Amino acid sequence: MTQSAAAAANVTPLKPTPQASATVVALPQPKKSLFDARTKTRALELAATVVPPIVTIAALLLLWEMLCSSPSSSLPAPSTVISDTWELIANPFYDNGGNDKGLGWQLYASLKRVALGYALAAVAGVALGALVGGSTWAMRGLDPVFQVLRTIPPLAWLPLSLAAFRDGEPSAIFVIFITAIWPVIINTAVGIRNIPQDYKNVAQVLRLNPIEYFTKIMLPAAAPYIFTGLRIGIGLSWLAIVAAEMLIGGVGIGFFIWDAWNSSRISDIILALIYVGAVGYVLDRLVALVAAAVTRGTAAS
Amino acid sequence: MSKPFLKIEHVDKSFSRGAMTNEVLKDVSLEVNEGEYISIIGHSGCGKSTLLNIVAGLTEATKGVVFLEGKVVDEPGPDRAVVFQNHSLLPWLTCYENVALAVDKVFGRSKTKAERHDWVMHKLKLVHMEHAKDRRPSEISGGMKQRIGIARALAMQPKVLLLDEPFGALDALTRTHLQDQVMQIQTELKNTVLMITHDVDEAVLLSDRIVMMTNGPSARIGEILDVNLPRPRKRLELVSDRNYIAARAAVLKFLYERHRFVEAA
Ligand SMILES: Nc1ncnc2c1ncn2[C@@H]1O[C@H](COP(=O)(O)OP(=O)(O)OP(=O)(O)O)[C@@H](O)[C@H]1O
Ligand SMILES: [Mg+2]
Repeated sequence: MTQSAAAAANVTPLKPTPQASATVVALPQPKKSLFDARTKTRALELAATVVPPIVTIAALLLLWEMLCSSPSSSLPAPSTVISDTWELIANPFYDNGGNDKGLGWQLYASLKRVALGYALAAVAGVALGALVGGSTWAMRGLDPVFQVLRTIPPLAWLPLSLAAFRDGEPSAIFVIFITAIWPVIINTAVGIRNIPQDYKNVAQVLRLNPIEYFTKIMLPAAAPYIFTGLRIGIGLSWLAIVAAEMLIGGVGIGFFIWDAWNSSRISDIILALIYVGAVGYVLDRLVALVAAAVTRGTAAS
Repeated sequence: MSKPFLKIEHVDKSFSRGAMTNEVLKDVSLEVNEGEYISIIGHSGCGKSTLLNIVAGLTEATKGVVFLEGKVVDEPGPDRAVVFQNHSLLPWLTCYENVALAVDKVFGRSKTKAERHDWVMHKLKLVHMEHAKDRRPSEISGGMKQRIGIARALAMQPKVLLLDEPFGALDALTRTHLQDQVMQIQTELKNTVLMITHDVDEAVLLSDRIVMMTNGPSARIGEILDVNLPRPRKRLELVSDRNYIAARAAVLKFLYERHRFVEAA
């Protein structure tokens, strides 16, 4: 490098072009080593995020295995769980009619209920939140009602909805709806109340009509808040569906767990819990991913 | 006798919260002709932004009226485009989309899609920002944001352009550069402009008249100075111009001798 730089310095006064060729010779070297260093740091970063959880999980499994391996223990050890439930793990989509279906079908049934109830809650929640956030009178009238209703535990709604709908399916969906809607309403309202005056001024100067204002200013400006509410909502929905299904019966991961308990299949319960946790995690990440994609650029000003 | 283009007539403004009333503006009257460039200068907090917002229709005057071409101003509208003190671009839109939002709203009926696109590009070109059209406000510098703000305002083809300290938050070099651009645009488009500023040189350089406001509370127009400098004006040549020096001295004298900024206790 020093050589080529010196050469360039020597040549430049005579001809202006060699400078360029000198740079071409000099550049590739650092570029290559830089690339190597970058892949190395990236690999290290990946290892730093992946290795600690693997170590923790392995340690926990080991502890569990040791605590539950004695024949007198009331809960099965991990090795027993796997051998007991191997049929279920290997065939997630078998169907023997009635409630006797693979875990894939059970989860699918639960997810379908959550999808419907959550979608309704998202739409109604954003609309009601916009109303409460946008109008002082709507806020004064509705906010106290919301604050009381949102403290009611999800399952407490179930008997009432069973009485109203006279059927388990719509009742479960209603429980999801009523569980997920409060954080969506409240966060949307906060987001809309926090829209900077600047954006409202722009809208006024442009004379945006209410519909244009809603779609072009309100929704994008409140999007980070709305997604916070949606993310809390999906978590609560998944919590509520498992509990609700235990009571309404039929196909669904909640009733599967309850059924396993009634027939003392403890290993099945543990497997189902792991699946419930994994699905809950994936749902949360999904909403977070959508949020990140939609609100890109909104946070910074 | 021709009527003035923009007329501010005996405007008072007070803000009240409960029993407390804060009188900001008291009996402000001003007449502006078409194509005139007016600067409003005064100490911080005297009510300049309030006055501009009243002309924009964003704030309602407590007393008095604003007329534009003989019609009473009672709501905001694109005929009085504002470049806000803090740019106010929408962060989720690209620079192009920020300008296009205004163009689509104002010319949605009167121009075809292709014409509107050309119009947006022309305004971006006017402020030398066509290269950054696909970037978001968070990805460009403060000066660039302010230029997009100006492009958006110009794109509305307003009758009056309202500038609230458009260069206030910028460094001296960028400010100089933008002032030159605004002067150039002004010679081309001959807009009627009302500009708020803190900067004496900026006021003298750009304006046909300088409106000097007294300190609040109950601020009024203290003096109006005519700037008799031929256009186009060249920054460097003006430095030694007698009229320029006199105008500058008059404004400084008003601000720092007769209406010294009094710190609130
Ligand atoms: N919405 C409001 N409610 C109550 N008081 C207000 C409101 N807007 C402005 N004021 C008051 O009016 C006065 C003038 O404010 P204004 O923003 O017009 O000042 P300014 O001259 O633009 O100041 P600066 O140069 O710092 O921007 C201030 O004392 C401010 O406290
Ligand atoms: Mg101001």
